[in-house]
Amino acid sequence: MTSLPENPSKTKLGLVIDLDTCVGCHACVVNCKEWNTGGYGSPLSDLDAYGANPVGSWLNRIHTFEVSPDIAPASIVHFPKSCLHCENAPCVTVCPTGASYKRAEDGIVLVDEDMCIGCGLCAWACPYGAREMDPVEQVMKKCTLCVDRIYNDNIPEEDRVPACVRTCPAEARHFGDLGDPNSKVSELVAERGGFDLMPEQGTKPVNKYLPPRPKTSGTQYPAENEIADHADGFLGWVDKMLERL
Amino acid sequence: MHPALSVIFFTVTSGAGFGMMSLIGLNVPMPGGGVGAFAACLLAAGLAIAGLVSSTFHLGHPERAWRAFSQWRSSWLSREGVCAVTTLFAFAIYGLVWVFWNERVMWIGWIVSIGSMLTVFTTSMIYAQLKTVPLWNTWLTPVCYLLFSLGSGLFLCAAFGYWQWIPLLSLPVFMAGIFLVLIAWIVKVMWWRRIMTADFSRVGSSPGTATGLGELGKVRLLERPHTGENYLTREMVHKIGRKHAGKLRLIAMIVGGFMPMLCMAPMLTGVHYPLLFAMAGLLMTIGLLVERWLFFAEAKHAVSLYY
Repeated sequence: MTSLPENPSKTKLGLVIDLDTCVGCHACVVNCKEWNTGGYGSPLSDLDAYGANPVGSWLNRIHTFEVSPDIAPASIVHFPKSCLHCENAPCVTVCPTGASYKRAEDGIVLVDEDMCIGCGLCAWACPYGAREMDPVEQVMKKCTLCVDRIYNDNIPEEDRVPACVRTCPAEARHFGDLGDPNSKVSELVAERGGFDLMPEQGTKPVNKYLPPRPKTSGTQYPAENEIADHADGFLGWVDKMLERL
Repeated sequence: MHPALSVIFFTVTSGAGFGMMSLIGLNVPMPGGGVGAFAACLLAAGLAIAGLVSSTFHLGHPERAWRAFSQWRSSWLSREGVCAVTTLFAFAIYGLVWVFWNERVMWIGWIVSIGSMLTVFTTSMIYAQLKTVPLWNTWLTPVCYLLFSLGSGLFLCAAFGYWQWIPLLSLPVFMAGIFLVLIAWIVKVMWWRRIMTADFSRVGSSPGTATGLGELGKVRLLERPHTGENYLTREMVHKIGRKHAGKLRLIAMIVGGFMPMLCMAPMLTGVHYPLLFAMAGLLMTIGLLVERWLFFAEAKHAVSLYY
């Protein structure tokens, strides 16, 4: 059924992504592709992979933004983006076949690839660009939250998290139950002021993003106009002497 | 949005076909049974079916298209499929009775007529429902689709029913045609006027809300996630078709609106040429193909805020 679950469980599995610590290394992107090309559903294909115009399906991508405050230097923010497993997922209700669905038990949004006709309407309905049509299989691909890892009893316990979370060297990605206010991820969101992407779209994303921490340096901007208020020691003495001149 | 030819062709031809069917169902004067009725039914259903078949060309798995009839409770695309097939089935019965028994069964006609308009409405709602594309997300979208469908259907019906229409006063027919086409294009101009205001600020989206970093400063993309294109940039961050938007709008209005109306002008002097109606129908369809190209090419998707 492509209606959203009528009685969703309180469990809302999702990711919390820390924009402060992400270094933009793309390891999560690569490990996501590596795991998911052999996991759930058809492989994630690439066309012309070693040629001039490579194109392929990926479930996680890192954008890099420049943020320019009015009175401070611009900063770079690496921005990982994958499916946000929205509570009010528009990609689910538009699906004509029932291939796109949201699980009642944990809120994961999945595509049943055998039912997908490849019309692409779900990708149109998603404001985040979380869905990509596979260029070879011609079915819609999206983040599964590594549903084939997180419940997998055959792999060591520390591996039972999404591949992107497991591989992140900066620990910028956290996985957990955002429906439980006492979970580690929920506490992290509360403590760091985690936010939704495009809340005005009404999608109620489960995944949250943590903002970059404020810069600690008191450097004025632009720095070339900066004059130190006071100085100690030898420089302070020189300063005083020069003042007297 | 990427203007896929299969979808442009589908929305225009099936619009004309279902527009024709809804007028036939309303019992507009048409040729009597036999060959004339058969030809009219063939054209109406042919256009609708050609459009529907063409729409399956943009599917990744057309062989699974039958699955799209299942989710009519939630999906406009599914509702469109159900409406189209039901209407075509009713029209097949209507047409058979008409061709072989020379009788136009009123109540089946009503089903055909309502079903045809519902089909066009559901088609338009596939686009109008998308909050991610502010340009489409308006009640004007279904109004445009319905009026254009009826307008192009009217000309094609008139081309067939010409001999039956002579005994009627030609002036009301002329006026109805002109009026319908005029209103349709006026609504379309209203739709186009929205382009100035129907950007992402209408829903409050910006690169700032897309990244959540807007509070910290002005957000600008520094580097894309990849050096080449991807499905999203090809499908939804399409920029090519907008280049000549102004000129194309004018072409669409002249070919799809002004010229068909001009074709009807000789009727005022009492001169009747059935071919002029057919020409008007053809010209309007060509104009609508241009209009539909722009419908996709000018629409911007929220995901472009990330690119």
